[in-house]
Amino acid sequence: MGIQITGMALKNLLSRPATKLYPVEPQVYTSQTRGHVDNNIEACILCSICVRKCPATALAVDKEARTWTINPFSCVQCMTCVRVCPRDSLSMLPEYTPVASNMSTRTLVKPEEKPEEA
Amino acid sequence: MAERTVIPFGPQHPVLPEPVHLDLVIEDERVIEAIPQIGFIHRGLEKLVQKLDYQSFVTVTERICGICAFGHSLGYSETIEVLMGVEVPPRAQVLRVIWHELSRVHSHLLWLGLLADGFGFENLFMQCWRLRERVLGIFEQTTGGRVILNACNVGGVNRDIANEDLRGIVLILDGMRDEYQVLLKTFLKDRSVANRLRGIGMLSKEKAREYGVAGPFARASGIAEDIRSFGYGGYGFLHAFEPILSDECDGYARCQVRAEEVVQSMDIVKELVEKIPDGALSAKVKGSPAAGSRAVSRLEQPRGECFYYAKGNGTKYLERFRIRTPSSDNLAGMVYTMQGCDLADVPMNILTIDPCVSCTER
Ligand code: SF4
Ligand code: SF4
Repeated sequence: MGIQITGMALKNLLSRPATKLYPVEPQVYTSQTRGHVDNNIEACILCSICVRKCPATALAVDKEARTWTINPFSCVQCMTCVRVCPRDSLSMLPEYTPVASNMSTRTLVKPEEKPEEA
Repeated sequence: MAERTVIPFGPQHPVLPEPVHLDLVIEDERVIEAIPQIGFIHRGLEKLVQKLDYQSFVTVTERICGICAFGHSLGYSETIEVLMGVEVPPRAQVLRVIWHELSRVHSHLLWLGLLADGFGFENLFMQCWRLRERVLGIFEQTTGGRVILNACNVGGVNRDIANEDLRGIVLILDGMRDEYQVLLKTFLKDRSVANRLRGIGMLSKEKAREYGVAGPFARASGIAEDIRSFGYGGYGFLHAFEPILSDECDGYARCQVRAEEVVQSMDIVKELVEKIPDGALSAKVKGSPAAGSRAVSRLEQPRGECFYYAKGNGTKYLERFRIRTPSSDNLAGMVYTMQGCDLADVPMNILTIDPCVSCTER
């Protein structure tokens, strides 16, 4: 058995490294990777259900200002908000957000609805 | 008479992945008594159950520990399902067990690697962790996370694995199996491993019962206790389940039990993939747990039997949630096995018991 594990070790000398030299080698996202939450703000009705359900209190909605805000530093990528949104406006995208230089939140403003044409 | 000295061991020590402190009372080189002290990473997660509703709380339970992550979300969900009388669809039950058994494979490989590292067999350590990486790869492919799977919720699972992907998982496990056999042989037949572990931390069957130890620690002392043999949830689909036992009662036996459980878990996944039924993934869970309702459930975590308790109060917040983890059972046994051992054997002694301090302190 000593021989076998030595053989395994020698084989490893000749094979590709088991680890990845990130970021030189880019991260491969799977279709399931939970990277960041995005909101299709046009579809959002600012109902605040996602805010109430978020276990990390990462979300905020301001109905007056028509904004939806996420604090990406609090978000734990649990997808609760994506599941509970009644308008399916939230989605979990696979890409990780780029390295940030300051801790900021991300705010999306819902555009004013155009007045119905008479 | 030799003089007695007290040597502090931990909370930061190279063999301890997590902080636990022991005061070792020694006489010459022999440990007379070990006095444990815990609480370095207490986070008060059980109390949070009063702040988060019972459905969201599953995300917190998953973060109790990075190794038993899926197991805790499963245990919590099962407890709430008992509390509210929810029937989980069969496909969800089987998928849960597949993820849970894969977690066991990765947990045991992690531990075998740490053990090999502990006795200075670096090559073996790296090979174990290299194999473990493939299980983490399966997790990433199927759930999008390597550690926090976020796959289990109250009522079922929230993502599916397509049948062809399940067969792909079996192929990956079959590929691992051949390489793992080499490691298994090294653990079980190599003289250097046996020399280091034989006779370390003896715990007889009677003493194991007396101290109420759990999991591989108990099974290595000949106690045939494994919650999986009750056939709860997806385990009911298995043709047969026999816990892996040893009656040698020492560190070597614990190593052997865990090393063989890896193969057993791979077999379970293989069998379940063949038998997985089609159907719904989650049952609808409506309402809140009734006031005064209580439920308990038990689950076999990689480190042993884990016990969950929940109490409802009629609102969507639980009144109380409590976990008794296998490592807190095992600490008493660990302190007992320490009495009379050599100071140099203390690290091996702790490692073979595999305490998971994050779970213990929550
Ligand atoms: S739940 Fe959906 S629709 Fe409601 S505020 Fe959140 S993103 Fe908007
Ligand atoms: S993914 Fe989870 S933590 Fe992140 S914003 Fe949504 S609910 Fe909150």
